[in-house]
Amino acid sequence: MRITTRVNGTEQEVDDVWAGESLLYVLRERMGLPGSKNACEQGECGSCTVYLDGEPVCSCLVAAGQAIGREVTTVEGLADGERLHPVQEAFVECGAVQCGFCTPGLVVAAHDLLARVPSPSDPEIREALAGNLCRCTGYEKILDAVRLAAERQAQA
Amino acid sequence: MSTDTGTATTTTTTTTVPPGRIGDSPLRPDGTLKVTGEFAYASDLWHDEMAWGVTLRSPHPHARIRGIDITEALTVPGVWAVLTADDVPGENAFGLEHADQPVLASEFVRYEGEPVALVAADHPETARRAAKRIRVDYEVLPAVTDARRAMDPDAPAVHRPGNLVRHLRLRRGEENPTAPVVVSLDFEVGMQDQAFLGPESGLAVPAEDGGIDLYVATQWLHVDQRQICLALGMPAEKVRLTLSGVGGAFGGREDLSVHVHACLLALRTGKPVKMSYGREESFYGHVHRHPATMTYEFGAERDGTLVYAKAYVLLDGGAYASSTNAVVGNAGTLGLGPYRFPSVAVDAYGVFTNNPPCGAMRGFGCVQAAFAHEALMDELADTVGVDRVAIRQLNGMREGDLNITGQVIDSAAPVGELLQIVADFPLPPERGEGADPRSLPGAVNNTTHGEGVVRGIGYAVTYKNVGFSEGFDDYSTARVRLEMTGGEAVATVHTAAAEVGQGLITVEQQICRTELGVERVVVHPKDTAVGSGGSTSASRQTYVTGGAVKAACEAVRAAVLERAALALARPAADLRLDGEKIVGSSGEVLTGLAEVLGDDAVEETVEYRHRPTHAIDPETGQGDAHVQFAFSAHRAVVDVDVELGLVKVVALDTAQDVGKAINPDAVVGQIQGGSAQGMGLALMEEIVVTDGHVRNPSFTDYLIPTILDMPPMRIEVLEYADPHAPYGVRGVGEPPTISSGPAVAAAVRAAVGKPLRRVPIRPEHITGT
Repeated sequence: MRITTRVNGTEQEVDDVWAGESLLYVLRERMGLPGSKNACEQGECGSCTVYLDGEPVCSCLVAAGQAIGREVTTVEGLADGERLHPVQEAFVECGAVQCGFCTPGLVVAAHDLLARVPSPSDPEIREALAGNLCRCTGYEKILDAVRLAAERQAQA
Repeated sequence: MSTDTGTATTTTTTTTVPPGRIGDSPLRPDGTLKVTGEFAYASDLWHDEMAWGVTLRSPHPHARIRGIDITEALTVPGVWAVLTADDVPGENAFGLEHADQPVLASEFVRYEGEPVALVAADHPETARRAAKRIRVDYEVLPAVTDARRAMDPDAPAVHRPGNLVRHLRLRRGEENPTAPVVVSLDFEVGMQDQAFLGPESGLAVPAEDGGIDLYVATQWLHVDQRQICLALGMPAEKVRLTLSGVGGAFGGREDLSVHVHACLLALRTGKPVKMSYGREESFYGHVHRHPATMTYEFGAERDGTLVYAKAYVLLDGGAYASSTNAVVGNAGTLGLGPYRFPSVAVDAYGVFTNNPPCGAMRGFGCVQAAFAHEALMDELADTVGVDRVAIRQLNGMREGDLNITGQVIDSAAPVGELLQIVADFPLPPERGEGADPRSLPGAVNNTTHGEGVVRGIGYAVTYKNVGFSEGFDDYSTARVRLEMTGGEAVATVHTAAAEVGQGLITVEQQICRTELGVERVVVHPKDTAVGSGGSTSASRQTYVTGGAVKAACEAVRAAVLERAALALARPAADLRLDGEKIVGSSGEVLTGLAEVLGDDAVEETVEYRHRPTHAIDPETGQGDAHVQFAFSAHRAVVDVDVELGLVKVVALDTAQDVGKAINPDAVVGQIQGGSAQGMGLALMEEIVVTDGHVRNPSFTDYLIPTILDMPPMRIEVLEYADPHAPYGVRGVGEPPTISSGPAVAAAVRAAVGKPLRRVPIRPEHITGT
């Protein structure tokens, strides 16, 4: 199967894709974009979260064929060149990153939250990020990071 | 230093320190790569022409292998190799303490999930399909899946000569003590999983010299190398390991997983081979926390002063030894908690069964025991009518006390103070009318608006050994190089100590900046080209590898001053390195580092050892078994929906002595994350094993805390320097995982009014339905 899709603003075309491959596998193994992570591969941990036509999805649950002709944005596509997105910047500054395996998914999920709700309350942050598992941080510094990113976006 | 992350900002107060040095909290050097998705974890590795390896595992907890037929698997197009035990060139055995586990099962399989065969193919799905075509002829054997049953002399032996891995016998004080007040309980702890997010992965690349280069996520490169060499029959210089990005560890990467398998496939095919487990395989592919069955008895005076303790601890080690021996060591020597006991009798056992192998997980033997001793301490408090905090303070260890192995606690032991801090923290506000359902038990499931919800408060305190114990030669090696690059002094620090997310690389940079006065510190990739860093375990790396980096920096500094002394014709003792200047005894600048070094680099490699520990007496368990002790206390506040058995942890506040916070923000991060794992064991985390079969090997069925489960935490960090440790540091990572769970369990008991002598506490335990 041939997959043509637009990823982070660039047309991507890959051949010989087996029909059982997920969007996550194709991104990671065929398109050279391993930023989205493979922690559970059944939609429980959120580490593989990407935008598909602007909607956040678990890319492990999307068959690669479903992405044909659609627009995908991954964690690799959030920074503006060398300049980190405020969510990314806040994750680094607040110590919300330890091992970092959950980070790409959480960054995309937090990015989506702040696009929808510019100044989320704590319960709103918790609800929005409840589908993203983190084993290192206990989530406290992730909350700090989302609060900081919201503040900075409000100021900008 | 204190943080209150219940509000909109984190406030960290420390004395002013130079930026980037110890005591400051510089950002981690890999942070940007991790938020952009560019950081290369082991599962992200890729090589031209690489093949994918998969593992065929046993479906049976115990069986004899009568034969393996690989012919059909070999005919699958795209398959490069199919390997069995016959293809292991060296010794078909590995293990951390005893090499008792086959690389690939030959005659017997002893647990469900034991590796039996390997396949390499050009696509992972091809390899998986081929693996299904391997025909293994099993003769299913009776399995021993109950640890008590395994102790029976007539139980089937999982290994010869029998099922006992270790019995630690500890006796102190009176032989048959009596006391006016006696309390006792039985307690059970379920099997917890490390559940690191990044599954086991590695890439093995065959080298031109006939050796192998392995890039892998692990906790201790050199102990892996030793075991891989044994299995491959190769010398160490041909088996080179490099640490790839590690997605969390928590003990679960101490034992080998893909390591030898990927090397075998790569050497056979001549191709780079990548192996990467999915989540289900990860549950089978690493050891877990030992489930425990415990019986405890405390004798006390009528005022609550402890007179004696008797404890029986039985740990299910599963099918192979892994680190069971050392876990029993901890459960036995530390398993009564940070209290003073005149008389003690402890018997701790680790046994083989046909359950999944158990080994290291954060807290290592102390976690299980803490649930029992803290529940019993509450029982004693209630029996004698003393407050639950006060009874712990009455009996709490102090500096200068002897612990139950007769070892002097020779630095700070602030048990009473830690408890007072958590007891004095403000309590969370009472639940008002119209509370946000997301803050109630059941959260977004909207199962209650406050009806049937009862609040409870619980306390717990712990102490944990830091570093490896019982006489282990526990060292680390650091190589530090200082040179001028582009007109700037640059230090390069090279250790083999694994960065698993905790922030050791930041700490290494901070120590180099502090000792050498440089700003730029390059962290060399972690590999076996330098000596062992020891394990990223036992809360030991900041202490031991930190100590090695400090010592290597001191050696570099001394060498630079020797050179300067020669050039300046002054004694080195009169000189000091101050940033990029060499200054004299009154501070006058004599020359620059650039002049002293020229185009040369000064490089020193140092092995650092903490003070020795000693084996304990086999009859009495007495001895100076441990290097250092770290203390923490928690207070948990919970709301329990007693009708549905759902729990919401409202607050989880803690105080911990860290000796010296090298990186205060990272210390807080360790405490927050460790506390979450302890809470998980109290309320939700258990690998359910029935008849030797794992019933929930997925994140759908094995639950870990989400951001909705975690409450805000108040954290107070004490810094009572340990005079024996570099900079006075005390290990940080494990204590929070030990005291948080028992505090949560105590709070649930307080709310519900039931004994709840098993964790995780499930809804049906609370409702009794």
